[in-house]
Amino acid sequence: MAWWVWPAALFVVCFALGIVAVPAGVGGGVLFVPIVGGFFPFHLDFVRGAGLLVALASALAAGPNLLRNGLADLRLALPLALLASASSIGGALVGLALPSSVVQTALGITILAIVALMASAKKSEFPDVPKQDRLSAALAIHGVFHDVARGEDVRWRVRRTPLGLVLFTGIGVLAGMFGLGAGWANVPVLNLVMGAPLKVSAGTSSFILSLVDSSAAWVYLNQGAVLAIIAVPSVAGMMLGARIGARLLTVLKASVVRRLVLALLLVAGLRALLKGLGLWT
Amino acid sequence: MSASDRPAVAEEQVRYARVLEWGARIGLAVAVVAFVLYVAGILPGQVPRDHLPALWSLPLADYLRQSAAPVGWQWIRLAARGDFASLVGIAILATASIPCLVAVIPVYARRGERVYVAVCVLAIAVLLLAASGVLVVGH
Repeated sequence: MAWWVWPAALFVVCFALGIVAVPAGVGGGVLFVPIVGGFFPFHLDFVRGAGLLVALASALAAGPNLLRNGLADLRLALPLALLASASSIGGALVGLALPSSVVQTALGITILAIVALMASAKKSEFPDVPKQDRLSAALAIHGVFHDVARGEDVRWRVRRTPLGLVLFTGIGVLAGMFGLGAGWANVPVLNLVMGAPLKVSAGTSSFILSLVDSSAAWVYLNQGAVLAIIAVPSVAGMMLGARIGARLLTVLKASVVRRLVLALLLVAGLRALLKGLGLWT
Repeated sequence: MSASDRPAVAEEQVRYARVLEWGARIGLAVAVVAFVLYVAGILPGQVPRDHLPALWSLPLADYLRQSAAPVGWQWIRLAARGDFASLVGIAILATASIPCLVAVIPVYARRGERVYVAVCVLAIAVLLLAASGVLVVGH
């Protein structure tokens, strides 16, 4: 087979993943790693490196507008991103040191857990936070954003900041180890645990990824685990697809797309698990 | 509600956004242009394109042995090669947050927000540590 066939197929698949990722409300990285790792001939080490770059490029592209609109909050993001960024280096180093079968099995279990989390997790548009915790009050983590759908300003503050810091440290390890991005974990922690409004949680999560994935991406880059032939078509395909996905947001039925994505993740998670266990090679 | 009535976004957020926008644009442009030159055969790669299918399915350690690809910052010496020229763009993307953090430190310092100055400095230190190549794993 000609050398360009798989990279061209990768571009097409990532374009399609980019289209469905936006309406499904997930980042590209969490779809990319299990699907490309499971069904393309590339070794998982290179897929994880590319997965981090897919998530990083998406976060960098979205970051400026999210910051300007107040949907990503720097005061909320920076302390959490600092810990997650440091721990993602550890995760990346551990992930590259472990045998492939162990990483593949752990990836399968993680993806299946993500499917369960996404299928069952509740969301709270505007969580009620009657009282700030002392740390977030000391750091002045609160704000106002303009909710276009409601046509009004929404004041918000957060709670349980110390627990949020601990959870983000763990999220950083997973992001670095599996190259998944981590929006699937960031948003529930920001929204349900810390009580940030859903839109601020989603925007701040995306911004946090720009710092966390930068650290982990450097580890993969310095270890030689980033191949341009895999990373660049993936990033380009996913970003172009996401543009189309954003335009189709009003046309596609989000709940149907979300179910499709969950089914895709379920198959990819099972594939990763069985591949890691040597049962589906 | 007109745009002027909307809640003001903090000065440091606007500054961070402006710097990040440029870093992301430049990084992506360099990566894509270099990649196009590589796949079009205009910039030859360190690893010939025809050899890639035999290499990309190998574990990292085996790939590094068989391709003689460098680790750490040694790849920068090969930046004129198509495959490694794309990595320059990727490195710019992975570094794009550092100038943003540098840009907001004076805003926090002017307001006397020492904790946020320290958080920004530590975040820069973490990114520099990751980029330094000092942290390695055995293959």
